[in-house]
Amino acid sequence: MVEAKINKTEPVALIKIEGLYKLFGNNPKKFMPLVHAGKSKDEILAETGHTLGLKDINLTINKGEIFVIMGLSGSGKSTLIRHFNRLIDPTEGVIEVEGTDVMKLPQKELELFRRHKMSMVFQRFGLLPHKSVVDNVAYGLAIQGVSKSERGAKAKEWLETVGLAGYEEQYPAQLSGGQQQRVGLARALCTDAEILLMDEAFSALDPLIRSEMQDQLIELQQKLHKTIIFITHDLDEALRIGDRIAILKDGEMVQQGEPEDILLNPANDYVEAFVRDVNRARALTVETVMKDPVNRITADTIGEALKQMKGFKGDYGYYVNEDGYQGVLTEEKLQAAYDDDNKAKLTSAHCEALDAISQDAVLETVIPDTLNSQYSLPVIDDQGEMTGQLSRSTLAEVLGNEEPRNR
Amino acid sequence: MADSSWLSEVPQLSRGELRDIRKFLDTEYRDFSREYGEIIEGFFDPLLSFLVWFEKLLLATPWWLVIAIIAGLAYLSSRSWKLSLGVVISFFMIGYFGMWDDTMRTMSIILVCTLMAIALGVPIGIAMARSDRVQSVVTPLLDIMQTMPAFVYLIPVVMLLGIGKIPGVIAVVIYAIPPVIRLTNLGIRLVDKDVLEAATAYGASSLQRLIGVQLPLAMPTIMAGINQTIMMALSMVVIASMIGVKGLGQPVLKSITNQYFTLGLLNGLAIVALAIIFDRVSQAYAKRSQRYLEGMDNG
Repeated sequence: MVEAKINKTEPVALIKIEGLYKLFGNNPKKFMPLVHAGKSKDEILAETGHTLGLKDINLTINKGEIFVIMGLSGSGKSTLIRHFNRLIDPTEGVIEVEGTDVMKLPQKELELFRRHKMSMVFQRFGLLPHKSVVDNVAYGLAIQGVSKSERGAKAKEWLETVGLAGYEEQYPAQLSGGQQQRVGLARALCTDAEILLMDEAFSALDPLIRSEMQDQLIELQQKLHKTIIFITHDLDEALRIGDRIAILKDGEMVQQGEPEDILLNPANDYVEAFVRDVNRARALTVETVMKDPVNRITADTIGEALKQMKGFKGDYGYYVNEDGYQGVLTEEKLQAAYDDDNKAKLTSAHCEALDAISQDAVLETVIPDTLNSQYSLPVIDDQGEMTGQLSRSTLAEVLGNEEPRNR
Repeated sequence: MADSSWLSEVPQLSRGELRDIRKFLDTEYRDFSREYGEIIEGFFDPLLSFLVWFEKLLLATPWWLVIAIIAGLAYLSSRSWKLSLGVVISFFMIGYFGMWDDTMRTMSIILVCTLMAIALGVPIGIAMARSDRVQSVVTPLLDIMQTMPAFVYLIPVVMLLGIGKIPGVIAVVIYAIPPVIRLTNLGIRLVDKDVLEAATAYGASSLQRLIGVQLPLAMPTIMAGINQTIMMALSMVVIASMIGVKGLGQPVLKSITNQYFTLGLLNGLAIVALAIIFDRVSQAYAKRSQRYLEGMDNG
């Protein structure tokens, strides 16, 4: 688990949120002591008529990652995302973007910040109904004061990128929901802002379109490397596109971590209830569930190999040399070769062929191979190096509802 | 009020007290109007000369040119031959029945009043939409303007400015401005919050939001308000004629006092014709300028 993303470059923090509180009501400052005293959302509402929107949120979002904030309706996720560009002002707390304290920006600079640093995609699209599609996409640039011809050309490019070439002169109402959200996405990308805020951007779309849009987003992200903050109520979506996920409940952060982390180690019953319905076969990669490669045989001679194999459980092992994984050795065959000549050099000729699986493969794709093989399957990385092994029982454990043992 | 008659009768000021109050207010206002009447009149002078000039212009232009211009404008704003033809026929009939000059006078004053109502009303409506406090102050004022009988506020206006065109314009504007204010306010307040939020998120300043989002999206509602304003201005023509505004109202007034049924009917019909033409043309223009609404129900 821990080494999962170790090969990634060192993350650079881009957005920092510290001790963020939001109390909705007429006089939130007055009642903050109650919040700090640890009263619950319901108690505060009953006593003061104020609604606790967010409670002690602490987040660090790294450059270039997709950070998903997940929660059910009323969990405060939409409130939270509106704090990043101060569409909502917090009652207390610090919001820092690239070291700038957003809370201290005066109105004019806040507007500049919104124009150049962040762009936003909305659940209900938020397109300007009286402007044509191309003008909608160019809207951010129009606000910045970019000339009409320049922004028109740029808008057309982005429309093409999201697959809407030819729709330039239509009005938003003439497009389907999926198309409208593509316009929303193109509008957000058109300003070249580094940070993309996506507020339940795909939630209003039907499932097929939604997964198409998710694919498109992932594909775009591989090219653009934006920092994306994505709000959703759908854990499957969160797991699919998120590099890291934060789960909110009633305005409080329940858990933060990488997708596998959340799937495999839910912090409490609330998260667990969420996780239970997730299709793990589709959400997890081999790497996240494989066991250490204990059945590895690195010996030079048959004798040593046999000794090595006796050392671990099972009557087979994976032959690994400098070139990486070679094949599977059975005790039976090895014994026969040993009886022949115990000093003989171990070569791949002694191996049975057994295809290894990639550590990046999604579990779903390796289920048939794993079930059909009498051995655990060896797992290799891009270089062909053996990094783990995956057995039928591991697979059953992970995909079943039982908590995986010894993890 | 020493006895207990207040139980059976409404407590009342004594006649003397009431008279004193009236006298006080009346003299104060009379003094005020004597003192400042001329200054205020001077303030309205440019407007008056514009009114006179515009009326003269309309009267001096040959009738066929006026008809051609109005029909042309109607066509430009509506792109409908039928409407333009209707305009030509109505104006020809008006002229044929001898009401041409009065109609031109009425049209000039209505146009000026409507433009003034829009120029004042839209900004007031915007201010109302942006501030709940302004709204809570202006709304009761609008209620008063709409329900107070026109004659009542004609009195101080006439006292101040005498009879003539300017008090007429003021009376008409007071009467006709509430719809455009109310509907501008309503239209802006009804603009989709999501769209406005999107504009804010992209860094639009409050002026950019107003011009780029709020006003265009409120336009159908604002146009409905302008339409109502025009209608109400036209309906004030008769009352305005009582304080010396020339036009279609005066023959109507004459026919009331002298019981000339046909004269009243003809002039009334001319007012109706003007109203219908203004209405259709402005509606058609509003509709054409909101082409984006057409695809709204496609899902």
